[in-house]
Formats: sequence, structure tokens, C-alpha cells
Amino acid sequence: MTALDQPRSLIPGPLSTLQRIRNLGTESWIMLAGIVSLCAALLALLVMPLYSLLSKAVEDDKGAFVGLANFQEYFSSAGLVQSIGNSLTIAGLTMVIACVLAFIFAYGITRSCMPFKRTFRALATIPILAPSLLPAISLIYLLGNQGMIKGLLFGETIYGPIGIMIGMIFYIFPHVLMIMVTALSTTDARLYEAAEVLGAGPVRIFFTVTIPGAIYGIVSAAVIAFTLTITDFGVPKVIGGQYNVLATDIYKQVIGQQNFSMGAVVGLVLLLPAMFSFVIDRHVKKKQVALLSARAVPYHPKPHKVRDRALLAFCVLMSLFLIGILGTAAFASLVTFWPYDLSLTLAHYDFDAVDPNGWSSFYNSLKMASFTAVVGVVVIFLGAYFVEKGRGFGRLRSGFHMLAMLPMAVPGLVLGLAYIFFFSRPENPLSVMYSTMTILVLCTIVHFYTVSHLTMLTALKQIDKEFESVSASLKVPFYKTMLRVHVPICLPTISEVMMYLFVNAMTTVSAVVFIYSPDTKLAAISVLNMDDVGDTAEASAMAMIIVLTSVTAKLLHGLIMKSFTARHSAWRQRTG
Amino acid sequence: MTTQYLGKIGSSVLGVVLAGMCLGNVAKAGDLIVYTAVEPEELTGFAKAFEATNPDIKIKWVRDSTGIMTAKLLAEGKNTRADIIWGLAATSLLLLKDAGILEPYAPKGVEKLDKLFVDGDSPPSWVGQRAWIASICVNTVEAKAKNLPIPKSWADLTKPVYKGHIVMPNPASSGTGFLDVSSWLQMWGEEKAWKFMDDLHKNIGVYTHSGSKPCKMAGKGEFPIGVSFAYKGAQLKAKGAPVLTVAPTEGVGWDLESFALVKGAKNAAAAKKFADWSVTRETNVIYNQAYAVVAYPGVAKPVKFFPADLSKKMIKNDFLWAAKNRKRILAEWKKRYDSKSLPKKK
Repeated sequence: MTALDQPRSLIPGPLSTLQRIRNLGTESWIMLAGIVSLCAALLALLVMPLYSLLSKAVEDDKGAFVGLANFQEYFSSAGLVQSIGNSLTIAGLTMVIACVLAFIFAYGITRSCMPFKRTFRALATIPILAPSLLPAISLIYLLGNQGMIKGLLFGETIYGPIGIMIGMIFYIFPHVLMIMVTALSTTDARLYEAAEVLGAGPVRIFFTVTIPGAIYGIVSAAVIAFTLTITDFGVPKVIGGQYNVLATDIYKQVIGQQNFSMGAVVGLVLLLPAMFSFVIDRHVKKKQVALLSARAVPYHPKPHKVRDRALLAFCVLMSLFLIGILGTAAFASLVTFWPYDLSLTLAHYDFDAVDPNGWSSFYNSLKMASFTAVVGVVVIFLGAYFVEKGRGFGRLRSGFHMLAMLPMAVPGLVLGLAYIFFFSRPENPLSVMYSTMTILVLCTIVHFYTVSHLTMLTALKQIDKEFESVSASLKVPFYKTMLRVHVPICLPTISEVMMYLFVNAMTTVSAVVFIYSPDTKLAAISVLNMDDVGDTAEASAMAMIIVLTSVTAKLLHGLIMKSFTARHSAWRQRTG
Repeated sequence: MTTQYLGKIGSSVLGVVLAGMCLGNVAKAGDLIVYTAVEPEELTGFAKAFEATNPDIKIKWVRDSTGIMTAKLLAEGKNTRADIIWGLAATSLLLLKDAGILEPYAPKGVEKLDKLFVDGDSPPSWVGQRAWIASICVNTVEAKAKNLPIPKSWADLTKPVYKGHIVMPNPASSGTGFLDVSSWLQMWGEEKAWKFMDDLHKNIGVYTHSGSKPCKMAGKGEFPIGVSFAYKGAQLKAKGAPVLTVAPTEGVGWDLESFALVKGAKNAAAAKKFADWSVTRETNVIYNQAYAVVAYPGVAKPVKFFPADLSKKMIKNDFLWAAKNRKRILAEWKKRYDSKSLPKKK
């Protein structure tokens, strides 16, 4: 929802545009230039590549138009079509299981009096710090044919749907939990009081008050779970065995067979569920906002021995699962030769010995993630500022906002594929960026744009509009007010967004796997390649290096923010 | 007041970024871009050896499995960034020769090599470096624990006792996988070979992306038997893994790791130097550290832990036939085995 307070009469018609442009002051020129260049950037980095992808799907290898022939070929290939069913099955089951687990976990955090709530919350973010290849590798050590606890599978194999689902649950848990926690926190205590006064028992209250109150959040969480699962490629690549899914099909078609047209077709097939989930999510979010009343009273849980203990036990088990997966990867990276020589060694961290790119891929990742965080946050802040606080150009601003929402609906694999088609064409002047670090940075910013944009927008919305009115009447140009008022106030959010971009840039594989070059190979891609040739211990070691980097960045960020808020944001305490 | 701190934060962030830039390596115009399918752990050694005699040239490896590299080169065609293709299967280079991507060149001293290793045209389009040979890696500890007899032949692998215990590389992505399939077809003819693969398929746990992974998995006992190549098994054994490398009685498939120059390469001069270096006796000595059969006559010494009679079991390999039929074979293989999606129970 954009807060565009532009009166309809001011939206220029074609005739008055010229006049208006003539009457623009310097300040408006700057703003116009800003919005136009941001729109142009998203058009060039998102819309046009997607268009290339679409057109590739109706072309043959030589680039001649073939209509729907590729689609026909796709739907006549039993194996490829079966992947659709496999993907839907996996995503559906994972969605249900992950949502149930996350709901109970979130219920413990928000609606019980169990101890260690903050610790549980912190532990639940572990998976965000790792590439999705990590849980899959760990699962092989835990439940593979030589697994430490393979008895738990009762003879079933981990290479296939079971492995994919367990790995995915680990990987998506924090994302689903975050939404569940929000959904269960925003409730009105008065409803519970009323229900109790009317004599409803706890079970009845749960089904008539708790669930309906959180239902939009639950739907939203389910949608996220579904989309993340169906679009992730790291987990099924490592542990999927012969169980093909859409995400691995794209990779096989494009990297394995260099069949770009068929890759484009599978990409479009994958785009459908992602787009569909996106629409549902948007719809639900709108309703959710309308549900909250301004007079709501926060809910405070009362102690309840049995419930609290049960929830504590559950949260402990779930946390053990998360820690266990991470711990297994750490262990795998340190053991000399699993399972015959269990002595510990750091030899697997000598990446240069097994891969000519070795450690340089880690430095590339560090560089890419830093650039993404710094460049990304500037662009995203400006974009959100123009949308929320800009004056005039209503259509352009809401147009930009819509563009900024689009990346959410585009899976990383599809984005990366679209980049190949768009940027590798020699006739495209932007092709100079192809196979450079720049394209990896831009692709990653676009990939994670929407969430950052929305976060920034929320922060800006909380700033009183009076600032702009006052500075306008004092004839202070907008950019001065922006730098002196908005940027400092939004600093916590700005650093949040930087953190989000940095960690995602460190861990992402899906988009960049199609566009890296020998000079710009990234750490997460090394994990993938080392696992491909069977150097599992080295792959775990590189994944652990990524985790350690993310953790270090998070800790540094936390420290800086803590000292910063303590010293400079005393005013925040009073306003709340 | 706040702006000061903003400045500080800004400059420290910039510092991190600059530090990051210095850490990353920047591509230079003089870099030699080499597309290769050689095992990654060998590449650093080769680059060091070459750069020691040619300090002005820096090698940039682009490495993936044979099938991937072949597909990539076919797709990139004349727009490829590669200056030289090095250590790719001769079967694949024949395809690339047909596609008109290769630049014929006779490296200095190529006449000293065994004729069988070099393209018949003059100047040759491709030059073989060394042969890599199929083998079966068996984990002796796990075989004992699971009461599995050590397989002696390809046919043994189809016995029901091995169900779920065998891994093999996917021939579409792995050169080793392809030379296996190609050798079975050449030895036994289409009908018998596909029948064999149907039976083998029932025993396969997973198909892997690369040709070395089956042997590494066998080494860890994850799957006790891996269809792979001899070098990997010998190397793992040398590292202490309980791996026995078996050369099946019927005969083993093989292919030549070979190099070829690329038409219109940006760095053609450096590519030629690298080609010249690749046929020298010294370089062949390095090849021999891992592979038992190399192009330079009289260099090869037996490699430790290789099956003793391995080179005698090498089949009479028709590269031309393999190259010509590659697309058809892979399509048939994928149709039969790749789309079967339900994982096999143990």
C-alpha cells in the first residue's frame, strides 16, 4: 500500500506535461531524475531480462521463432512433466509440516510463560546464515547409508523426497517462524477476556479466537513456505537422488545440456506457482491490516504448568534439530576421513588443494556481499524515500513501487536464467557487464529487493509528515531534510537492510549460479561444485566458512547498533 | 551530531569494501582462459608447473565435468571465452571439430608423441595427453560387512545381491559415465548393452554428476561400489581409504584427455605456448603421476594401486563412432533412466 497523497487533478494529462516540466524547480528535477533512473534501472535489470526469458521460450536454439513448440516438447516429455507433480508434492508436504512446527514454536514464544524465549528465537535464525546446500550435506552424514542415526529412517533412503523435505524444513523454518510470531503477537487481549467471561474452555478459545486471529499470518506463512520450497535448488541438487523437481530440471537443462530454450520453458513453469503465491500473499496482507484495531490491548500469557512444559520440550527438540544440522556440518568439515578416521583436522579448509579457485571464491563472495549491502541499501533507501516521501509524479512513484514488488514473485533461478538471455546478447550495450562482479551485485540486489524495499517503506512511514511540510515552508531542499532527518531516524532499519542483503548475498546460489565467471566464482557455488565432485568434507568446510562470516557480520552489526542506540537514540524511548 | 557518526560508519563500510576489493583477484588481459574437465585437485599443480616456465602467463581455469564442458562449448560456439580447451575427452573434441570451433595447430614436438594419441589431420585439430580408464571402486570394509562378494566383471554388477549398493556417473554430465556406456555398446552391441544397463539400473543407488564422485562415495562406504575411473580409486587407496580398484574382465572403456586450440582466441599466442608445453616429456612425466597411460612413449611408469593388467583390458575404442553416436546414446539413456524419479528402496 503506497501512501500516495496525490490529488487526482494534479496527475498530468499529455498536454499539461510539457508545461509542468517547464515549471519544475531544481528540486523537482532532482526528484524526477531520481525516480526515472530508478525505474529505468529496474526495467533494465528485471523487466527486460524477464522479457528475454519469455521470448527465448518461443525460440529454437538458433533463435528462430517456433511458437509453442518448446512447450509442446516439454509437455510431451514424461520425465519433465513428472517433475511438476514431484515439486508440488514436496512443496505441499513441506509447507504443512513446516507451518505446524513453526506455529507451535511461535506459540511457545508468544503465548506461553516458558523460559529462554529469547534464546529460542535467536537459535531459530541459524538456518538463515547458511546456504541451503548445508542442511542437505549434513543430512547425508546423519541419515545417509553411513549416517550416524540412519536407523531413524527404518531402511528408507535419504536420497529423495524424504531428504529434500527434511532439508527444506530446516532451510525455510526461520522465514515461516518470523511470520507466525508476528501473527500470534498481534492479538487483542480483550477477545480472550470476553471468551473467558462467556465460559469458553481453552480448546474452544484456541479454535475460535487464536486461530481465526492468526489466520492471515498462517496463510501468509504457508505461502512463503510453499514458494521457498518449490524454488530452492540447493537441497534437491545435493540430496534429491533420482527424484527430479522443477528447480533441478532448470539447472540440468541449462548447465547440463545447455538447452536454453527448454530451460526457459521450465523457468516459466516455475514462475507460475511463485506468481500465484505472490498474489495470494498480497491479497492476504491487505486484509490483515484491516483486521487490526487501534484500541487493541496486548495479550500477556498467564503461567500454565503443563502447557508451558510441553511447549518448552517442543522448542528444545526443535532447537536441537537446528543446532544438530549445523553441528553436523561443522563436524563433517573437521573429520579426517568419514567414517573410518574420526580424528579431527583442519585440512579440509585448505580449499586451494582441491579446487583451483579455492579461497578466492570466498574473497569474491565477501566482495560481492559488501558491494550488494552498500550499493543496495543506498538504492533501496532512495527508492522507498521517493515512493513514500516524494512530492508530485504520482504515477511514476506508484509505478516504481509496483516494479519494486515484482522481484518477490521471481525465483532466483528464473532471474539468473533471464540474465543470461538478456546480458549475453552481443547487441545489448549492457553486455559489457556480462561475467563481471557488477552483474552479480546488481542481480543480487534485484533478487532481494522487495523485502528490503518494504522494510524501508515501513520505517519511513513511521516518520511524521510534518518534517517535510516544515522543511518545505522553510525552503530547505528535500535532499537536505532527507539526509538530516530521515536517514538518521531510519538508521536502525538501514543497517537491518544492509545485514539482510549481506547475509543473503553470502548464502545465495540460485540466481548467481548461471552468471558467475571464472574470475567471479562465489563461495556458495564452490560448495555446490565441491559436492558435485564428491569432496563433501571440503564442501561442508566452505559452507561453515559462509556461516562463520554471516555470524561475524551479525555480531558486529549487533554491537555497533547497541552502542549507537544507547548513545544517540534516547528520544526513541519516550516516543514509544 | 548524527551526521558525524554517519560519516564514520560510512567510511568504515567503505574501508571494508575496499579491503574486499584488494582481497579479490582481478582478471587481467594477459590471462589464459582454459576450459577443462581435469580433476580440480590436479589443476593447481599443472598451473604452477606451466607458470614456472612461462611467468608472464597466468592460467584461469574454467572447470566442470566433461558433459557440461562439451555442452557449454557447443552452445557458446565461436563466441566462447576459452583460449584453449585442455584435458577434455577426445570424443568431445571430435564433436567440437565438426562444429568448426577448433583451430588446427601442431605443437612443437608433437611428432614425438604416439600417433594413436594425435588427430590424423595435419596440422592436428586435437592432441591427446593421457588416457583415463574405467574401473570399479569397491569398499572392501563395507563389502565384507554387507557380505558382498568383490565383483570381477561388469556382468557381476547386475546380480541382485548388489541392489542399491552401486553408484555410477550420469553419462550426460560425466565423461567417465559416457565412456562406460560407449564401451558397453561397442563391446556387446546395442541390444545386449541396453539390456545390461536395464539390469544395472535396478541396482543403482544414485547417478552422480561427476565421474570421480562414485569412487569417493565408495571410499566413504556411502555406497560400497562405485563405477568410476582407475586414477580416483588408486588415489583414494593411497590416502588410506579401504578401496580396491577392479578392472572388469570383459574389458574397460577409456578416453583421451586431450587439448585443442580455439578459433579466434583472444590470447592465441599464450594458448600455443601452453600447447607446446603440454606435449613435452617433462609435462608427460607429470601426467604419469596420476595416469598410467600417457602420450609420450617411454615415459609411463606403473602407478601405485592401479589394477596390474589395466592397460591390457582397454577396449579397442572407436572415437569416431562414439562422437557420432553421442547425442543418440545420451538421449536414449536419459529416456530410459533419467526420468525414473522414484528413489529405489534398499
